[in-house]
Amino acid sequence: MSQDDRKYAKSHEWAKPDGDVVVVGISDHAQQELGDITFVELPTVGQVMEAGAECGVVESVKAASDLFAPIGGEVVAVNDALEDTPELINQDAWEAGWILKLKPSDLGQMDALMSVADYDATL
Amino acid sequence: MSERTCLHDVHVALGAQMGPFGGFDMPIQYAGIMAEHQACREGAVLFDTCHMGEFLIEGAGAVADLDTLVSCSIGSLQTGQCRYGLMCNPDGGVMDDLLVYRLDEQRFMLVVNAGTQASDAAWIEEHLGSDTTFSNLSADTAKIDLQGPAAPRMVKALLGEAIAGLKYYRFVQTAYRGEPVVLSRTGYTGEIGVEVYAAPDQAIAFWHDAMELGAEPAGLGARDTLRLEAGMPLYGHELTPQRHAGECGFSRAMAQDKTFIGSDVVCDLSKRQQALVGIQLEGRRAARAGDALCDGSGVEVGVVTSGSYGPSIGAAIALGYVDGALAEPGTALTIRMARSELAGRVTALPFWKQGSARKRIEGFLDAG
Repeated sequence: MSQDDRKYAKSHEWAKPDGDVVVVGISDHAQQELGDITFVELPTVGQVMEAGAECGVVESVKAASDLFAPIGGEVVAVNDALEDTPELINQDAWEAGWILKLKPSDLGQMDALMSVADYDATL
Repeated sequence: MSERTCLHDVHVALGAQMGPFGGFDMPIQYAGIMAEHQACREGAVLFDTCHMGEFLIEGAGAVADLDTLVSCSIGSLQTGQCRYGLMCNPDGGVMDDLLVYRLDEQRFMLVVNAGTQASDAAWIEEHLGSDTTFSNLSADTAKIDLQGPAAPRMVKALLGEAIAGLKYYRFVQTAYRGEPVVLSRTGYTGEIGVEVYAAPDQAIAFWHDAMELGAEPAGLGARDTLRLEAGMPLYGHELTPQRHAGECGFSRAMAQDKTFIGSDVVCDLSKRQQALVGIQLEGRRAARAGDALCDGSGVEVGVVTSGSYGPSIGAAIALGYVDGALAEPGTALTIRMARSELAGRVTALPFWKQGSARKRIEGFLDAG
């Protein structure tokens, strides 16, 4: 079961509002599908991106998977701990394995994302 | 529709993630590739390798025929010894890589890859003389690899003293649960261990018995990271019909004192334009098969054939072919991917140098 305190993109990213920023990660289902994660390419703080833009890469032993920004905005933080311990995403995709924080250009973009029920129904 | 090995139901019951390989539905992973990889380096793991093919070649002409078909020396092989060799086409391209077991003076077992089994069988039969016979044992022969430093003592517990004194690339014909098995001190992980050839019922029993003793099941995912760290080739990646065998550099697999099909190309040093090398990358991000290898000025000088994060190395590693002048360890190379570039250096193989594969077995027979 996915978490009900956040919204989801079809490409398995989650977006969780936290004050005036939105925290982004990948779902527990996505980390399970990828298997042991060995590398995460993080975006640069200050980068501004559109919703749906490629904003990083999550690599496992088996495969590399692009990460897409679920909403548009400016990158205000990245999870540096993932550089040396990318397995944090396997261990805790919902909290410790967060990937980046965006300052959204418009919080209304969250409405375009899926609810937890809709996301889980796609799995 | 994929074929199934005799252990298919066991894998499903263990919750394995299954996937297609060489025409079979095979386990890719159980607990996870990293955990299975680590278990092989530190304990013992089981691989289902029943998908591989086994051929029996026997008769008065067997030695001469095999010496023509296979790159390694057959005549000098002793009974109870096996050897790694390549089977080449007339252009020197690799049709398969295989193990040749000398069962007795005029009887040999060949162990070949799953995906090439049918084409190998046809090619071999075509090239045998009238006093050599061919039988395909694959359908009735199961194969399990038990690998890792804890493997020898499990084998001792299950098969008794047959394993005592067994040297690297030697095998014994013994019995398990009353049926004949071949116990071979070989493997594809860089660690000490055995490959066991048995009837399907015995193989299933061996799998369960070894798990009772603490062996963990491992899938093709970990098999690939383990062999890559050990610098071993994977057919279809490092070895292909399009590239002649001389460039792969496995000189011990290629006898210099005989001719074999393709040897005029394979042994001609002037035809070796590229060489197979190991490449250690600076970071964790993996190069993948097909990525271009470039020199310091950005000129393409080769291609990656296998690449992954190396769990025991702590960095990404790769195998690939580069122009001969750039094959020296220490040479800086750039891996050019679709949207980025990675830095690496040619590294002497194997990447994993602490492997137990070649150590004396006596140190591994008693619980430590």
